[in-house]
Amino acid sequence: MANLTEPERKTSLVRRLLRGFLGELKASVPKIVPQIIAILLAFAVGAITLWLTGYSPLEVYGAMLTGAFGDAFGIGQTLTQATPIIFTALAFLFANKCGLFNIGAEGQLLIGAFTAALVGISFSGLPFFIHIPLALAAGALGGAAWGFIPAVLKAQRGAHEVITTMMLSYVALYLTSYLVNYPFKAPGWVAQTVSIAPSAELPRILQPTQLSASIFIAVSLAFLTQYTLCRTTIGYEVRAIGFNPSAAESGGISIKKGIILALTISGAIAGLGGAGEVLGVQRRFVEGFSPGYGWDGLAVALVGGLNPFGILLASVLFGALRSGGMTMNRVMHVPLDIVSILQALVILFVAAPMLIRYLLKRGGIKWWNS
Amino acid sequence: MRSITKAFAGVVADDKIDLIVEKGEVHGLLGENGAGKTVLMNILYGLYKPDDGKILIDDKEVEIDSPRKALELGIGMVHQHFMVVPSLTVVENIVLGREPKKNRILLDTNKALKDVKDFCDRYKLEVDLKAPMHLLPVGVQQRVEILKALYRGANILILDEPTSVLTPQEAQELFKAVQALKQQGKTVIFISHKLREVLAICDRITVLRRGKVVGTVRANETNMDELAVMMVGREVRFRFDKEQQSNQKVVLRVENVETMGDRGLPALKNIGFDVRSGEILGIAGVEGNGQTELVEALAGLRKVTAGRILLSDIDITKISPRKRIQMGVSIVPEDRQKRGLILDFSVMENLMLGSHDSPPLAKSSVIINMEEASSYARRLIEEFSIKTPDKDTLAEHLSGGTQQRVVLAREFSRNPKLITASQPTRGLDVGATEYVRGKLVEMRNHGCAVLLISADLDEIWALSDRIAVIYEGRIVAVKDPEKTNESELGLLMAGGESD
Repeated sequence: MANLTEPERKTSLVRRLLRGFLGELKASVPKIVPQIIAILLAFAVGAITLWLTGYSPLEVYGAMLTGAFGDAFGIGQTLTQATPIIFTALAFLFANKCGLFNIGAEGQLLIGAFTAALVGISFSGLPFFIHIPLALAAGALGGAAWGFIPAVLKAQRGAHEVITTMMLSYVALYLTSYLVNYPFKAPGWVAQTVSIAPSAELPRILQPTQLSASIFIAVSLAFLTQYTLCRTTIGYEVRAIGFNPSAAESGGISIKKGIILALTISGAIAGLGGAGEVLGVQRRFVEGFSPGYGWDGLAVALVGGLNPFGILLASVLFGALRSGGMTMNRVMHVPLDIVSILQALVILFVAAPMLIRYLLKRGGIKWWNS
Repeated sequence: MRSITKAFAGVVADDKIDLIVEKGEVHGLLGENGAGKTVLMNILYGLYKPDDGKILIDDKEVEIDSPRKALELGIGMVHQHFMVVPSLTVVENIVLGREPKKNRILLDTNKALKDVKDFCDRYKLEVDLKAPMHLLPVGVQQRVEILKALYRGANILILDEPTSVLTPQEAQELFKAVQALKQQGKTVIFISHKLREVLAICDRITVLRRGKVVGTVRANETNMDELAVMMVGREVRFRFDKEQQSNQKVVLRVENVETMGDRGLPALKNIGFDVRSGEILGIAGVEGNGQTELVEALAGLRKVTAGRILLSDIDITKISPRKRIQMGVSIVPEDRQKRGLILDFSVMENLMLGSHDSPPLAKSSVIINMEEASSYARRLIEEFSIKTPDKDTLAEHLSGGTQQRVVLAREFSRNPKLITASQPTRGLDVGATEYVRGKLVEMRNHGCAVLLISADLDEIWALSDRIAVIYEGRIVAVKDPEKTNESELGLLMAGGESD
């Protein structure tokens, strides 16, 4: 090692990173197999449901498949739908590694979307390379604040984060609803803000679909999350607390600090997702723009095996269900509810056993008593 | 039992084992963890089917394919983990499965009570029969298990590591009960890896090593050293060479410290003592007298309500656990799986814990230096002979002794000033125990101050330079090991006065 020249060392670093990534992929293959079987099972049961309701499963699935992946437009739609779910799933994952159940990603996403929209509206004349990062940062900050509140409640008073994050989600929903209906309402009938300045717009990358550069942020964030969890002291401490808080505490790790950090970062990730939607897709804050991305994130994190790369794959699946579902609805006149049923089946088959195993494991350890 | 062989997935647990137990004797089955004792007895109890060999009872060949069959043949077993229904009362637990019935449906409580009472009297096993099971101490629960086996007509009673869950006092009670059983003509097979206790209560002892019988000896014709050699395959040290230390400085001073226990009651009451460099201070005491709280107070995990803790004359009472680790406080916790290790972490990640955020393991306190961490882990694995496939193996896949080595490696490699070791050899076999004790003495000889907290008097005895006795959250006496004896310490531990 010592007598390598500088470029050689660099190539070896690249090669090592690559090897590490390939190794990661290889190692995750056996973990993915049950997930894939479960997804196939879900589609099989879905097929029976379709058949019973009088549709041809083959045709419906065919329409969904072509709708979701058949052409550039379909793929664009699928990825557009997948993007915000990647953020919310990563948000759930990060808190989960600390043993926390952040089910408030929906609220964090809404707040992040609104703060980003605010920055997008308020400034004009800024160059895009300042305005975009500024608006994204505002989104992350808004989400972080929405994660910070339950974090402090948990760390200082022991309030359970499932309750507080859920409640704050509704607060966020109604708060943004009020803001967009009264103080920040754009003229007209629709509950929405005025458009953000063009300098804050994230570029669309696959016209005419709404797919925006936000997806690059999402994918980089997946890598960054993996890196943070495995290669940084923050990730190390977060995972230590998640696995065994008593031992972590004995090792000098502050549990309170870890909890606050994990939930705040989790909120920031979800908030960034909201910002991406506003700056890339909606170009303004529209009431009800999220059909429940936060909740989908929870399911996707579990379907993705609580792994950032698994989350990328699972997000595409859920995105495809949504975009393919729309085509199916248009072409075959199958109600969109069928998509909800399919989603529910996937969750039931993949996530439910994981969730139960997880809860059983956690249930045995009562650790928060200070 | 003749030529019993059993293998699990190709690994031979018992290899052609012959075991002859005579009627009415207490037969010890001695061996290290993994020697095949429990497997052999599970075969006798019908839980496993042997791959080869046969079992004879009263010279008749029998096939035992289930515990029910074993019970019919008069074989009862008390497992390490009790199989009781916590919400039922003692008597209900004992008659469970063989309840005396009224009108064929209703439980005849009175008859059950009377039957069981007779049993208790006959075997001199005293239990409050109407108490709910979950309120009873472990020792009593075990007595209930024994009664349950007897009630079902057991003539041969297998006790699997019965003392591993007991306090020394409870163990004494158990030994009395075993003697009473023997007098009633029962045969007892006593599984253990503790030399002293098999010598004390068994008539004959069969030693197993790596699935093979090493030999059977009479207890009155052998001694600890011989048994240890048979069991481990080499000589075992019970005494450790301690270098004379000079110029000893006080490293830890505990001054009038008080804390609360988990239930909000005072756990430590005005406790005070010193530990000097190059000495081992042994704290003897029955568990639950404030030892756990003391260690947590020293580690900074429990709030001290009064008094001060000084480390080399610096007041650390209000300093964070992380800071204390950096100042040289190392802790070997009593529960290595709960407090000591993160079982879902790899060996390497466990070895990093506590030093993970400072150089050389971390660059700029945020990014972990993976290369440095790997080489650090490899070095410690080598230095402490940690038996692991590699540094990335999860800690939960290691044996108890190896897990403890990981804890020791981590805690001792931080260049500590003070080591607090709490029940450091609990649940470990003879070889691992010897290693841990040797390491503690080695650290002492290097000038470390060692605070040893143990419920095992032998351990306190073998290692301590001074012995302090803790009782109800106070140090009631500090003794020179040369000038005290077991009965005096026992009395002090039980709250009595010494003269």
